[in-house]
Amino acid sequence: MRVVSAVIAIAVGLLVLLGYFLPVAVPVQTILLEWAVILVAVAAVVGVINLATVHADKVRRRAKDGIYSAMLIMGMIVAAGLGLAFKPQNSFMQAIFLNGIIIPVEASLLALLTVTLLYTAIRLLRRRADAMSITFIVTASLIFFASATLPFGDMPILGTLIRPWVSQILALGGVRGILIGVSLGTLLTGLRVLFGIDRPYGGK
Amino acid sequence: MNAFIILILAVVLLGVVTLWKRRSSSAIREIPAFTRLIRSLGLSIEDGKRLHISLGHGRMTDGRGGSAFAGLALLRNVAERTSVSDMPSVASAGDSTLGLLTQDTLEAGYQAAGVEDAYVHTIGRVTGLTPFSYAAGAMYISQNENVSTTIVLGNLGSEAGLIADASERANVPLIGASDDLAGQSILFTSAQEALIGEELFATGAYLNDDAVYSASLTVQDVFRWVIIVGLIVGAGLKFIGII
Repeated sequence: MRVVSAVIAIAVGLLVLLGYFLPVAVPVQTILLEWAVILVAVAAVVGVINLATVHADKVRRRAKDGIYSAMLIMGMIVAAGLGLAFKPQNSFMQAIFLNGIIIPVEASLLALLTVTLLYTAIRLLRRRADAMSITFIVTASLIFFASATLPFGDMPILGTLIRPWVSQILALGGVRGILIGVSLGTLLTGLRVLFGIDRPYGGK
Repeated sequence: MNAFIILILAVVLLGVVTLWKRRSSSAIREIPAFTRLIRSLGLSIEDGKRLHISLGHGRMTDGRGGSAFAGLALLRNVAERTSVSDMPSVASAGDSTLGLLTQDTLEAGYQAAGVEDAYVHTIGRVTGLTPFSYAAGAMYISQNENVSTTIVLGNLGSEAGLIADASERANVPLIGASDDLAGQSILFTSAQEALIGEELFATGAYLNDDAVYSASLTVQDVFRWVIIVGLIVGAGLKFIGII
């Protein structure tokens, strides 16, 4: 079975790849990508079932904080039931679940993240007092101060000269370097998966 | 056409360098994050604690899947080494397809270790389908499931800061890597050890003996030098007005 899954994965991967270079392979590529979209949708359902199973297990074991798991399962059932009855685009569903729960909760987490990042930056030098950390803190502070606007406009020198130079020359160059490295890593990782050297779909 | 040539060149180079590496092995530079990771694998079993490997929310259907594959390669290795522990490692993912692959990879690790009966499917979890819901679920694992080290490796943005903060509050060291620039900068400040840029993709070379992984690093270096030379020559030609 493991051999069969490897053969299917490699064959499908190569056919989809060929579709980008050979026009004759495009129809096959399109069909395979459409199948992939359907499989991803099925995987989303499986993911939700996995989430429910993990939390149901916690409730059954009466684990610590199991009450939250029970609330999550109840929320999932209610959302799924109402979603099937009213359809997700319904204004009631949008008002209750999207604007009433999901967006405020995620916004709260984002707000929490802001505080967390500030706290982490303050603690950075205590954890790792080396040249890189000092450079990081100094650069971040410099850009932060330079971004602040004064009543009469940009901060002189810092905002008009140093900030553009740091962000558009030094930082942009570094960013491009990192992204090129990440792209090369992704290319080689993709090739290993394509030729079955890395098999995340199992196999001893 | 150019992309096709680059691809063929990469395949040929990978094959040739792998054969060469199999005949004469070469050393790779020490990266503190990998040294700590390898040490934490052994310590987790001795301490009777588990590792938490969080693979981010990279989708398999777009370019962010590359980092997820690198994370799965790490997970496969960790699963095989820690499957005999009383506290098996637990993995979290923020994408349903990645969640399925996580479970399959864990099961393969258990099979390879000969303890497939010990595999429980709930050790591979989808903790949420949006970045912040995924982070909220991963935070809970780091804080409440007797974790010795949290390893974050995959596509994570700013939400990595929440996982790092939760780990720190629980006195759990965090080793982190992301292919996302925001995630990298946050992990640099908040993780005990962070991998920057393409170091994320070197996981296989540091945890496996197979020559193909170190050959991948060599091919990346070859391409990197070609790009560096191309940039310098291009800038020079532009400067003197030829292009």
